[in-house]
Amino acid sequence: MTQVWDGDNRAVAVTVVRVTPVRVVQLKTPDRDGYSALQVTYGMRKASRLTKPEAGHYAAAGDGVDPGRALVELRVADTSEYSVGQELTVGVLSAGDKVDVTAVSKGKGFAGGMKRHNFAGQGASHGNHKHHRAPGSVGACATPARVFKGTRMAGQLGAARVTTLNLEVVQADAERNLLLLKGAVPGPRGGMVLIRDAVKGVK
Amino acid sequence: MNPTDVIDRDSLRDDVPDFAPGDTLKVHVRVVEGNRQRVQVFQGVVIRRQGSGLRETFTVRKMSFGVGVERTFPVHSPVLAKIEVVTRGDVRRAKLYYLRERTGKAAKIKEKRVAR
Repeated sequence: MTQVWDGDNRAVAVTVVRVTPVRVVQLKTPDRDGYSALQVTYGMRKASRLTKPEAGHYAAAGDGVDPGRALVELRVADTSEYSVGQELTVGVLSAGDKVDVTAVSKGKGFAGGMKRHNFAGQGASHGNHKHHRAPGSVGACATPARVFKGTRMAGQLGAARVTTLNLEVVQADAERNLLLLKGAVPGPRGGMVLIRDAVKGVK
Repeated sequence: MNPTDVIDRDSLRDDVPDFAPGDTLKVHVRVVEGNRQRVQVFQGVVIRRQGSGLRETFTVRKMSFGVGVERTFPVHSPVLAKIEVVTRGDVRRAKLYYLRERTGKAAKIKEKRVAR
C-alpha cells in the first residue's frame, strides 16, 4: 500500500494492483449451461504442461486463446457483448467505480479467542492464575449439558477466501496495467486477487 | 525498489529544500476559504522528521500568544506552496521534544556555524 493526493490535496491510502489482461475462453449461455457467465484465463502456461482435457478445452476456444494459469468464471447478465478470444484489461474500469476484491487472506495459524474473535480475555490481576487470555464460559450446565455448535473458540485464523466489498477505484492506468484501490485488499503482498464489480451498495 | 515506487514517483516533489530538526522554517501553506485561495505562512522550529519516501512528515513548533502550536505536514504535500529555511539550528538529537517543556530563552536553539 501507498498513498496518493486527491483533488482536495488530502492523502488517500491506496493499494496498487497489477492487473494482467484476461482472455475469454468460453461463453456460458442460459440455453446450453443454464446460466450466463464468462470463462476467462490469465497469465501464460506452456502447452506441454497441460493435461489432455485442458488442452482440448483451449483447442475448442480457437487459435487466439493461449493456455493460462487457471480458469475463472465471471457471472454477467448478458454474454452477447463478449466473444471468445476477447481480451479484457484494466481499461474497463475508471476512477470512481466500486469493486469487490476476493483473495485468500494471510494465514495466522491456530489462534486463540482474543485474536480470532476479539474476545476481551480476563484480568491481569485480581488473583487470576494462568487464564489471562482464556475465552471464559462456553455455555450453561446440566441444561443443555453440551456446547452448542458454532460456539466461537480457538482455531485456524486466516488463509480463507475473503471478499472485501465496495472498494473505490482511485485510478485505472491502462498503459501500465495498474489499478489503484482505496483501502486494503485481502492477502499478502504479491498475492493473486480477483476484482469484480460491486454486488452491493448504491451507485 | 518497492513495486509501489512506480506510483509514488508521480506524487513526489522535487523542490523540497534540505532541512533538519532544529532548523527554523517558513512554511507557506495554501489555505482554501470558500472558493478563494491564499497563502499563509507558518514560521517555527522543526522538532521532528518522521517516516520516509512519500509518507515522510515533519512537525513545526512555534509560540503563538504564549501558547505552543505544533503543525505536522507531509513533506511532499501539494498544500505546501513553498518551504523556506530561515536558520540552521545546532542540535544534538533528532526529536526535539524537550522544547515543549521550555519557554523563552531556555527554548532558544543555537545557530549552526558554517565553516567557510
